[in-house]
Amino acid sequence: MNVELDKVKSFVDKHACDPSALIAILQDIQAEYNYLPRRALLVLSQMIKTSMVDIIGVATFYSAFSLEPRGEHTATVCMGTACHVRGGPKILEEFERNLGIESGHTTEDKQFSLETVACLGCCAIGPVVVVDGDYHAQVSIRKVEPILRKYQTKEKKDDAPN
Amino acid sequence: MLTIYINNTEVQAEEGWTILDAAQFYGLAIPTLCHNPGLSNYGGCRLCLVEIGEGKYTKLVSSCTYPIGEGLVVHTDTKRVLEARRMMIELMLSTAPGSKVIQDLASLYGVKQMRFKIRNEECIYCGLCVRMCEEQMDAKAIGFQNRGFKRKISTPFDERSYECRLCGACMYICPACALRCQGPDADTAVCNACLNLDPTCVEVYDELQCWMYDAGQCGTCVKKPSDAK
Repeated sequence: MNVELDKVKSFVDKHACDPSALIAILQDIQAEYNYLPRRALLVLSQMIKTSMVDIIGVATFYSAFSLEPRGEHTATVCMGTACHVRGGPKILEEFERNLGIESGHTTEDKQFSLETVACLGCCAIGPVVVVDGDYHAQVSIRKVEPILRKYQTKEKKDDAPN
Repeated sequence: MLTIYINNTEVQAEEGWTILDAAQFYGLAIPTLCHNPGLSNYGGCRLCLVEIGEGKYTKLVSSCTYPIGEGLVVHTDTKRVLEARRMMIELMLSTAPGSKVIQDLASLYGVKQMRFKIRNEECIYCGLCVRMCEEQMDAKAIGFQNRGFKRKISTPFDERSYECRLCGACMYICPACALRCQGPDADTAVCNACLNLDPTCVEVYDELQCWMYDAGQCGTCVKKPSDAK
């Protein structure tokens, strides 16, 4: 993905080159590119006069930021206590098998990223899976594939076996 | 000038000092790993713990970050302090058993067992190298990344960075990775080869009883009876 310098600059200007707005600027960049491109961070570092070490420190601290390109859709499997005892790990395994990736990574076609979360606060409807902000309640292994198919793009659906 | 009480002795201390500053000024040996006079205070290694307060209401604080106030009562070598320090040393020993500095501390404080899983890392996350790089070398080439058990110290993108001048100050100041313990079982257990101190006293008390401990030379009287040979 090409990083447009003007775009990054406009994000920084929006916050008046304020170093304390670092997280807000990173959020804007993350929302635009779905990850934090290296060139964008270099430009950002020069514009707000903050060292690369600090920016990387913040970017790696929060799980909302990613230094690697993320997929179009993000599937988040809850691993909280309630979801865990109701089979969260098995559902994660099913996702991993289905997508062919481990949690924390992105499929090669950049369709899905798989993540885990410690708790989403809606333990009553567990096990919970969130895809692009949509909550899927009481997920079972059987429901995993339909959920994924729902988000796969049209041509991908045609390519998929069975 | 403020009046504080260190180990039941009334002493004068200047405003703005930390407990550690005052203790070092009066020649008390408080062990530290993450403190360096030229760098900002960090309070990360928890080795410099001291007990403050009187009677039942005492608490452990890190002396390198606690600013002194008028009438502060400090005890630097109570049983509680020593047990906390031993635990910290034991934990750090499990993280970096190859470090001579930590092995020496273990010997000095009579840490004779190590009950945790050995991780054989070369970092105890004291942050000395990060502060050294930023504050003394003015480079800011390395910093903390990630969090929790994934936390690490590295350059951005784990690459050779333009900020780094290869000055080596980070390695110079590191308590864990520079000096290697040469003992026979250094990587498998507590080494205790270099600094094994023979107990000089027979009796054991709750708190130090003589000046030798203050000077960092003995300490038998505050060791557990089972620890003393």
